[in-house]
This record gives sequence, structure tokens and C-alpha cells, in this order.
Amino acid sequence: MYKVIASRMIVPNVHVLTVEAPDVVRDMQPGQFVIIRAEEEGERIPLSVSDWDADRGTVTLVFLNIGSTTHRLARLEEGSGIPTVVGPLGNPAEIGLYGTVLCLAGCYGIGSLFPIARALKARGNRIITVLEARSSFLFYWEERFRQLSDKLVHITRDGTKGYKGHVGRLPEVIKALAEPVHRVIVNGCTFLLKRGSDATRPLGIPTTVSLNPIMIDGTGMCGVCRVSVGGVTRFACVHGPDFDGHQVDWPELLQRRKTYMAEEVVPLRTSRCEEHSLHAEETR
Amino acid sequence: MAEKKKPDLERREIPKQPPEVRRHNFFEVALGYTEELAVAEARRCIQCKKPQCVPSCPVEIDIPGFIAHIATGDFQEGVRVLKSRNCLPAVCGRVCPQEEQCEKTCALKKLGGTVAIGRLERFLADWEAARGAPEMPAIQGPTGKKVAVVGGGPAGLTVAGDLIQLGYAVTIYEALHRMGGVLVYGIPEFRLPKAIVNREVQYLQRLGVKLVTDFVVGKTRTIDSLLEEYDAIFVGSGAGLPWFMEIPGENLNGVYSANEYLTRLNLMKGYRFPEYHTPIKVHKRVAVVGGGNVAMDCARSALRLGAESRIVYRRSREELPARLEEVENAEEEGVIFEFLTLPIRYEGDASGWVRRMVCQRMRLGEPDASGRRSPIPIAGDETVFEVDAVVCAIGNSPNPLIGSTTPGLTLGKKGNIMADEATGSTSRAKIWAGGDVVTGAATVILAMGAGRKAARAMHEYLCGS
Ligand SMILES: Cc1cc2nc3c(=O)[nH]c(=O)nc-3n(C[C@H](O)[C@H](O)[C@H](O)COP(=O)(O)OP(=O)(O)OC[C@H]3O[C@@H](n4cnc5c(N)ncnc54)[C@H](O)[C@@H]3O)c2cc1C
Ligand SMILES: Cc1cc2nc3c(=O)[nH]c(=O)nc-3n(C[C@H](O)[C@H](O)[C@H](O)COP(=O)(O)OP(=O)(O)OC[C@H]3O[C@@H](n4cnc5c(N)ncnc54)[C@H](O)[C@@H]3O)c2cc1C
Ligand code: SF4
Ligand code: SF4
Ligand code: FES
Repeated sequence: MYKVIASRMIVPNVHVLTVEAPDVVRDMQPGQFVIIRAEEEGERIPLSVSDWDADRGTVTLVFLNIGSTTHRLARLEEGSGIPTVVGPLGNPAEIGLYGTVLCLAGCYGIGSLFPIARALKARGNRIITVLEARSSFLFYWEERFRQLSDKLVHITRDGTKGYKGHVGRLPEVIKALAEPVHRVIVNGCTFLLKRGSDATRPLGIPTTVSLNPIMIDGTGMCGVCRVSVGGVTRFACVHGPDFDGHQVDWPELLQRRKTYMAEEVVPLRTSRCEEHSLHAEETR
Repeated sequence: MAEKKKPDLERREIPKQPPEVRRHNFFEVALGYTEELAVAEARRCIQCKKPQCVPSCPVEIDIPGFIAHIATGDFQEGVRVLKSRNCLPAVCGRVCPQEEQCEKTCALKKLGGTVAIGRLERFLADWEAARGAPEMPAIQGPTGKKVAVVGGGPAGLTVAGDLIQLGYAVTIYEALHRMGGVLVYGIPEFRLPKAIVNREVQYLQRLGVKLVTDFVVGKTRTIDSLLEEYDAIFVGSGAGLPWFMEIPGENLNGVYSANEYLTRLNLMKGYRFPEYHTPIKVHKRVAVVGGGNVAMDCARSALRLGAESRIVYRRSREELPARLEEVENAEEEGVIFEFLTLPIRYEGDASGWVRRMVCQRMRLGEPDASGRRSPIPIAGDETVFEVDAVVCAIGNSPNPLIGSTTPGLTLGKKGNIMADEATGSTSRAKIWAGGDVVTGAATVILAMGAGRKAARAMHEYLCGS
């Protein structure tokens, strides 16, 4: 069991979970992820690492509560435990000296982009952070980003903070900057990754996205995470998760993510008592 | 003078769930011999002076020895004979390709009455398990040396079991959340109940082996980092990287690797979704590409989930690499076989789901390197199957993770670790390897055999006499 050190909802539907997993954080690098299970009968789901403390042996995850597993994670209390935390998985993000890097994030990506932005800053890059959300009350970790960013920009769907609209306004944001952008890094939901890449393609700015296909093992064993990048099939868990956003076959990725759409709602509708009694039968 | 008895050639059938029942459930197909059947079958063995069955078993079990004890009803002694050579008899008795190994050279084969060695082995193992906790072996005094084992499959479990008895402190590191390797994530419940694997794993734990799950060597820690703590390492990480055919449409929804399909079902217990939370699709028409054990397991699983299930294989029935017994089981259960057929592309619907499998019909030509007659396309002869799922079971190779994170470890062309066949030693000192990671996808018993040899060599190195 991996002990839950802290768990709380930071903004509506987005949770921050800190778990003790000393082996996992020993060699952790920005851009890597872990696979966790919320309980014994649980599914394995990948979550990016948003922060960690190698001395204390803890890892911090930010997740959006959208389905059965994240729903269970959201209910975890301090001091409880989860059966699986495995990692660090995937390749570390490339932390080069690019010049000016624009970090674009939304939703859980605000959390997962943080260690990457921090490392890029420490490497000597200038950091422009662009955060996107439906409304201003959905932003979090603003102070952290303010400290490491040379400029912090917001885009909100309802216009309550910064630019009004969605990531389609990115070209305007870039045009308004006093400096050229040498690289864009995007973390967040698949739509943000795609739209961010669409926005930078005509501008010719190299764009790295952290892909989030369905995964099971996270070690290259099952192949469910395959994505087409530049016409070649890659396994996101071992060849990624970071890829060139201009090369990703987005329609295929969006479709593959929907594979289990119909089934995903079933556990949410299943009563827990039924489940417990069935399980009790098996373990007796 | 004793009259020479005519051998009894009537091989006792193993009771099975009837096909029309078992095709709807995931319970074990074969129910096992009763004591009476086992004794009757054991009595058929003519106790050859120079038994030809023994050298055909990769771990050289004293086959007439254990069978003789069954024949006299001394099962406990039979277990002892069996276990002195094979630490996973309940597994091997079920999944060994016996017709290719021990039973292939049985003296009664020519007469048409091969002794059911595997079934007898299974009988003894199950008899022991039914009596509760197994006898604990003697454990030698601590050597003070520590060994790490990478991978909790049959190879790794064997090394751990052998070395702990020789007085080493042994830790197994397993990437998944359960020990057992292919035995838990690949081979389905209806062929190998998971309770059997768990029992073997618990036995090792009771012997004092430390089991660490959720630990990916090469990621969580490298081999070299482990070597700072351990005196020697055995790598038994298997051949878990799935191959695809690289034909158009392979990334459509509904096209799975066998590993994904079986992992969802077995490791994650998807067949009990939503009680277990990992979803599995209920399909109507499933096509499984390939002809090995893996393909049979996928096709029979799909059938049990309620689909029309079809094996698409590019050679003919003769060349099927799967165990004969499983082919027959699959046929009885109603799996459809399309021989001499090779998929060339998949076509999907507007929402990206696979709908059609376009295949090329083949004929058999001259034998190829593998000794089997090679399939040759018949120009212009194509056929189409309507499908809503395809499972690609065409093979696996070793995962490159360990090779790529362990400098100085020599690898073969397919990413397999190069190791000495007799000892398992690799190009790096203190590192041994065995099982599928060395040979490519093979069998449980070969992986165990490799583990056993490596354990012996490691012992010699660590406590060299
Ligand atoms: C490398 C990687 C990093 C990720 N990092 C984060 C993160 O830091 N925070 C976060 O909130 N989310 C992250 N995700 C997405 C997260 O894994 C899914 O949201 C989660 O699996 C949903 O599980 P569920 O059971 O709660 O929802 P479900 O109801 O099962 O599914 C809801 C959605 O999640 C997707 N999904 C379902 N199962 C999986 C799975 N096993 N793997 C991936 N996607 C799945 C489905 O396509 C669906 O759109 C990441 C995904 C990947 C691949
Ligand atoms: C579906 C299927 C059916 C089969 N049917 C039969 C049959 O009927 N009869 C038969 O004899 N054989 C059968 N086989 C083959 C047999 O299962 C294998 O040959 C055997 O399991 C190999 O054992 P192994 O210990 O080398 O590897 P595996 O069983 O593959 O075990 C390797 C273990 O190492 C773990 N691992 C991998 N990388 C790492 C890492 N970096 N760090 C930590 N752990 C790691 C894996 O998760 C896995 O648990 C079948 C195989 C499959 C897939
Ligand atoms: S281990 Fe396998 S090959 Fe050896 S006797 Fe048993 S079933 Fe036959
Ligand atoms: S070869 Fe056949 S008959 Fe002879 S000892 Fe072995 S099992 Fe018995
Ligand atoms: S998650 Fe299984 S191969 Fe990537």
C-alpha cells in the first residue's frame, strides 16, 4: 500500500494528491508519469507527475475527476492507501536551452507542466506561461507559475480573466509578445494539445505535446497506447509521452481515446453494495 | 514365470466441462482425474528400464518414478519425486506441450496408447494442494549473500525458489501489480486458474522470498543501481513486446494486440467488469490473427464473452504451433478456423471502428527455415470478413527496456539478451538471464529449466566450491 499524505480538491473537479512512493521518486524527471490503481479491483490509469520530493519520498499528482477511477481517487482521505503507484514511466521532457519557451497548459496540465517549466527556467530559458480555463476560478498554482514565468497570460472561455475565448487565440498572444517564441510546450486535455498544435503550425514554432492515450501497463507490453506520429506507429508510454504536436495524427488519437466510452459510465452507475457482495463471494 | 502382460492402451480421458457449457464460462475446462482414474492411468505405464519419456522432458522429471507411486496409491511420495525436479507441477501438468515433449517419446505411443504424463503430473500437484499447505523444504543456513530477480514469471520464480533454499536472501522485482508473468496476465483462467499461480507465489513468500511488485527495473531503478546492493542479478523479464503486422487500418478502434486483450481479461479481470473496473468490449464478431497458444487463448476468450470467434492463420492445420489439445478444445467449442488466410488490411466505419478484414488466400509451398511449409499468396484470391474486433496474436519479442538501460549487456538481433545456454551467464559479470528474454517466446517449462540452470551457476559463482 502506498500511503496518501495529502488529498484535496484544489478547484472544482481538480484534485491534488500526494502519495508516499520513495522508490518511484528516486530518479524522477520532469515530464514523466506514474500508473496507479485506486483499489484492488481497480483499473490502472496513468497520471503525470506534477511535483515530487525525493527526500521525503513523495509524489504529487493533479487530476481531473472525470471517470470511475479518478472518482475513487478523489474520495481518498489522508492516511489511507492505494495499492499501486509505479514509475517513473515514459521519457523525461527534453530540457534544452531554446531561448524563449511558451508553456501552454489547461486543466490537469497546469499541474503537470509545472515541473517542466521549472526545469526549463533553471536551464536558462525565458518562460512565457499561458494558462487556459473555462473561467478564472478554475486556475490554480498561479503563485508557482508567477514566480518562474517571465510573463503569465490567461485565456478564459467566459472572459473573466485575460483573453476571452480559447486556445485559438494563441497566435494573437504570441503576436502581442515583445519577443519571438522558440518553442511551445503543451500539457492538458487532448483537445488543448491538438488546438495548441494547430495554432502554432502556421507560425512554424516547434511544439511539443504530452500525449494521453489510453494505457494499461505503461511499459510497452500491451500496445493500447499506440499513436501515429509522422506516419509511424509509436507506443506513447515508451516512445513518449512527449511528441512533436505537428506530426501527431490527431483524429486517430481522439478516436482511440473513445474506445471505452460506453463502458466507462457503467461503473459509475453500478451500486457499490452489489460489487462488495460479489467480491466477498470470490475471496471467501 | 510371470506371463508378460499385454499393455493397456486405453488412455483414460480427463473429465471436462462439456463444450456447450464451457463456451459460456471462464471456469477451468479440464476437471482433473479422480484418484481412481489416475491410478488406472498410472498402471498403464510399463515402467521402461530405459524410459524414453525422461530425456524429452526439459527438466528430466523421473516420470516412471512418480507414476509408479501413483499406481500404488502413495501420492505423497509421488509428489516428492515430482517436486525434486519441477517446482511448478500444477502449472506444467496443465500447459506443457506434452505431445511435443515427454509424451512424444513414450514407449506406448507407437502402439497408440501414450501415457497421459501431463495429466498425472497435474493430478499429483492438485492432490497435494487439496491437502492444505505443502511440505516445506529444508532451507540451508544463510550465505549472507543477496540476489535480485527481475521479473516474476516462471523463470524468475524458479530461480528465487532454488536460491532461497540454498541460503540466499532473494528479492523478486516485478513490473506489474501481480507476480506470475504470462501465467497471470496471458494464459486465461479456463486453462490455468489464477488460484494455482497465487498458491505457488505464496509458497515462495513463505520460504522467505521478498516480493516487490510495481517495480520496473530500468525505470524505477536500473540493473546497475541494484548491483550496488545485490551480489548477483537474474533477469527473467520475458518477451512482452507485441508485434503488429504493420498493415493499413491496424490502429482502428477494436484492433488489439493479444497482450492487451488478454491483460484486460486476465490480469485486470475484465470478464468480470464492472465488478472489476477495467472495461472489456463485448464484440459480436472477433477475428484472431495467428495460430499459436496465444491465438487459441484469445479466440476462446472472445467466444466466452459471447462473440462469433474465428482464427485466421496463414498456413494449414498441420502447421498450427499451438498445443494440439487446445486446438481440439477450440474446435469443440466452436471457434471457426480460416486456414491459408492472411489479413492484408482493415477497413473501418466513419467513427473509426474496425468493420472489415480483407484477407489474401494462400497456398503451401516448400518448407521454410522453420521446417514448416511456407505460405504463398494466390494472386487475386482475396476474401473479406465482417468483424467488429481483431486480435493480433502474431508474436512477441523481448522488451528493450533492460537492454537499453544496462551498458555492456550484449543483445541479439531481436533484442533478446545473449546468455550461455548451460549457465545463463551474460556478457556482464554478476548478471544472469533466462527464459523468454533469452530465447524469445517459448514455453513455461523451458523458462523454468533455464531458471534452474542459472540458479545452479549463480550458486557456484557466489559460494564457489
Ligand atoms: C501519460 C499520461 C498522463 C496523464 N496525466 C494525467 C494527469 O496528470 N491528470 C489527469 O487528470 N489525467 C491524466 N491523464 C489522463 C488520465 O489517465 C485519464 O483521465 C484517466 O485514466 C481517467 O480514468 P477514469 O477511470 O477516471 O475515467 P474513465 O471514465 O475510465 O475515462 C474517462 C476518459 O479517460 C480516458 N481514459 C480511460 N482510461 C484510461 C487509461 N487507462 N489511460 C488513459 N486514459 C484513459 C478515456 O479515454 C476517457 O476519455 C494522463 C494520461 C496519460 C496517458
Ligand atoms: C497467451 C499465452 C499462452 C501461452 N500458453 C503456453 C502454454 O500453453 N504452454 C507453455 O508452455 N507456454 C505457453 N506460453 C508461453 C509461456 O507462458 C512463456 O514462455 C513463459 O511464461 C516465459 O516465462 P518467463 O519467466 O521467461 O517470462 P514471463 O512469463 O513473460 O515473465 C516475465 C515477467 O517479467 C516482468 N518484467 C518484464 N520487464 C520487467 C522489468 N523491466 N522490471 C520488472 N519486471 C519486468 C513481466 O511483467 C513478467 O511478469 C504462453 C504464452 C502466452 C502469452
Ligand atoms: S514438466 Fe512438462 S514435459 Fe516434463 S514431464 Fe511434466 S508435462 Fe512433461
Ligand atoms: S516411456 Fe511411457 S511407458 Fe515408458 S516409462 Fe515413460 S511414460 Fe512409462
Ligand atoms: S500502455 Fe501498454 S504499451 Fe503503452
